[in-house]
Amino acid sequence: MPSKMSNFFRNMSWRNYIVYIAFIFVFIFFSIYLSDAGFLTAGNLMSIARQTAMITIMAVAMTFVISTGEIDLSVGSTAALSAMTTALTLQAGMGIVAAVIVGLATGFIIGAINGLLVSKVLIPSFLVTLAMMEVGRGIAMWITGTAPVPILHDTYIFLFGSGDILGIPVLLIWTIIIAVIGFILLNKTPFGRQTLATGGNEKAALFTGIKTARIKLSVFIFTGTMAGLAGMLYAGRLEAGRYTFGQGDELSVITAVILGGTSLAGGVGSVIGTVIGSIMIGTINNGLILMGLDVSQQMIVLGIILILAVTFGKKSKST
Amino acid sequence: MSQIALQMKGINKAFSGVKVLKKVNFEVGKGETHALMGGNGAGKSTLMKILTGVYTLDSGEIIIDGKSVEINNPNDSNQAGVAMIFQEFSLIPKLTVAQNIYLNREPRTNLGFIDDSKMNAETQRLLDELDLHIKATDLVEDISVGYWQMTEIVKAISNNAKIVIMDEPTSTLSLKETEKLFDMIDNLRKKGITIIYISHRMDEIFKVCDRITILRDGENVITERLSELTMDDVVQHIIGGKLKRTFVWEPREVDYTKPPLLEVRNLQSGDKVKNVSFDLYRGEILGFAGLMGSGRSETVRALFGIDKIRQGTVCIDGKEIVVNNPMDAMKLGLALVPEDRREQGLILEHSVKENMILPILKKVSNKFFVQERKVSEVVKDYIQRLNIKTDNEDKIISLLSGGNQQKVVLSKWLANSPDILILDEPTSGVDIGAKSEILKVIRELADQGKSVIVISSEITELLAVSDRLIIYHQGTIANSIPRENLKAEEDVEIAIQNV
Repeated sequence: MPSKMSNFFRNMSWRNYIVYIAFIFVFIFFSIYLSDAGFLTAGNLMSIARQTAMITIMAVAMTFVISTGEIDLSVGSTAALSAMTTALTLQAGMGIVAAVIVGLATGFIIGAINGLLVSKVLIPSFLVTLAMMEVGRGIAMWITGTAPVPILHDTYIFLFGSGDILGIPVLLIWTIIIAVIGFILLNKTPFGRQTLATGGNEKAALFTGIKTARIKLSVFIFTGTMAGLAGMLYAGRLEAGRYTFGQGDELSVITAVILGGTSLAGGVGSVIGTVIGSIMIGTINNGLILMGLDVSQQMIVLGIILILAVTFGKKSKST
Repeated sequence: MSQIALQMKGINKAFSGVKVLKKVNFEVGKGETHALMGGNGAGKSTLMKILTGVYTLDSGEIIIDGKSVEINNPNDSNQAGVAMIFQEFSLIPKLTVAQNIYLNREPRTNLGFIDDSKMNAETQRLLDELDLHIKATDLVEDISVGYWQMTEIVKAISNNAKIVIMDEPTSTLSLKETEKLFDMIDNLRKKGITIIYISHRMDEIFKVCDRITILRDGENVITERLSELTMDDVVQHIIGGKLKRTFVWEPREVDYTKPPLLEVRNLQSGDKVKNVSFDLYRGEILGFAGLMGSGRSETVRALFGIDKIRQGTVCIDGKEIVVNNPMDAMKLGLALVPEDRREQGLILEHSVKENMILPILKKVSNKFFVQERKVSEVVKDYIQRLNIKTDNEDKIISLLSGGNQQKVVLSKWLANSPDILILDEPTSGVDIGAKSEILKVIRELADQGKSVIVISSEITELLAVSDRLIIYHQGTIANSIPRENLKAEEDVEIAIQNV
């Protein structure tokens, strides 16, 4: 079907697939340049998958927020707080089910507060979530006086941290589950369409009978809850709750979403792009470590990538 | 008219192949107040946008003060001494009149600081010269809105503007403020300032303007001294010799003995809708005629739950209804095709398909998922029924022509099968072919028993589709006239102007 194929390519502007090309380029570069350092080993690739799991999960949800034209800077802090509440619940001996509920509910509540302030009180999301970033981290430090909370629950650690099922790390399984849910939600459900419509032209969406305030509330609850899940995975992987989890994650998460072709102005979003963007950031970080760069240098590279992504992802002026 | 201030010669302009200006000539004398008139799509705003550097001309020449000038951007236009007074005022409320007038070009002292006393003195001199009773040191937010516009004009003049364009300057003014503005125009004329005056209000044109240029379909019709013309002449020239065939009225049967479907009584909303009552019958097409800002759009916005209804009752089928938001209105079987399709009707970067199914997502989805098969059926059906010209249903809507975009907005609402369809300026910016197709669709809908309200500033169009016309005047309804009692467009024009 040549006509269908050509349409497919015509409708795809280059900023939508630049991330895939860039990813392949980065991957090949590291494979050759770092072949001696063990970049292309199964162990290293699995470790990339583990390291990027939390970023990917938060980025999938962030795709929805950014698609509505909003932003959520509080995801890293929410993850930390969720890790703390989950660990504390386990420490109190209330069992894994209670811990999971508490962890997700922590994220849900923070997301709901963000969402209500943005959609009902009409405060810009940048400010709301900037404030929530401080509040969340502050609470995470305060509840134990900055002391870490160890997790000794083996089942929890297996399911949310270091376990493998049929040789696949559970962290990778969580990533795949969330990515698939995110993809279906955005592309196959009325909710996804309404999310994109809200970001594309809020006024037109409202005139069309879409409850845009409710859509915005929902997407913030989604990112909050997913940040909660990410925090639980941090806790499982490192077998403890620490207030330092997720520090600076908001930058990686937003970079992944923008790299993936989602428009900061709203209206255009791609979950697959986000996942690739996130894996690319993880791959670059991993490669830089193998090259012997330290954290400070990684931060510089990540910042530069974000600026490049926004510069090249900028919408060309349409008529 | 000894000297010529502005000459635009043989101006041509086309947008994506459609010619909107065809060899237009426009000449304004120095110190003259010159009216520019024409129906929607006549090309007057395009012409002015070329003069102010928003658009560039395809061919032709612009001569200002005897010198040929090239205007490629708004800056060139300012340099040439042209200033447009915008509807949305570009003043900063928290600054004083003088600070606004000299914004970004404040006079400096020898030390390089802003010379406030000189700035205030200069401003006051200008204000006094034009007999405006405001102080240079007043905060803009403290002076009345009528003076805002005058401050804008002073700002333009102090920036050496020789030609000032005013677009519907009185639409936001009270009667007293309008009088003030006319006094000011008189004073400007004495100072040798040239004014291009765009308005739909005939009485004003005759009051303040020296000459008039009328455009129709992108071509010159006439340039003449207003003392040589009557109001009827002007209306004739704007409308043109005869109605186009596509706009011929076809009488339709409406059963007025049955109770009305929609009853609106003493509706009040915002400051534009003061007291509106009307009935809409089943299968009827009701046309809303009136000047810009007479409250027509605001009425339907209130009915659709976008603006709050302050007072009055609305009944459908004899039952009083409450509408708090567009969702409520949709549930009651109302649909509104809004005035500005790009702002309010469409998501421009989304596809034809995505735009079309937005209001009916529930209908094309099962419990969880949008069903692409159903979507495709609905979309293909409407593309065919409304003859929408698009390569495929996934084409990005901003790439379609205005007429086809409007058809998508229309189909968006038809898919929801409303009982009452409200169309606000459904054919603005739409070419003549698409226009007649849209009118045809409106008639077909009414024949199927739907009730339709059409708001349009094009009287040809209202006369072509309406069964009955309602004449708006300053937020109230001045008259309701059955179509068969109207012989010609002049009847409506006069009804609108003379109330």
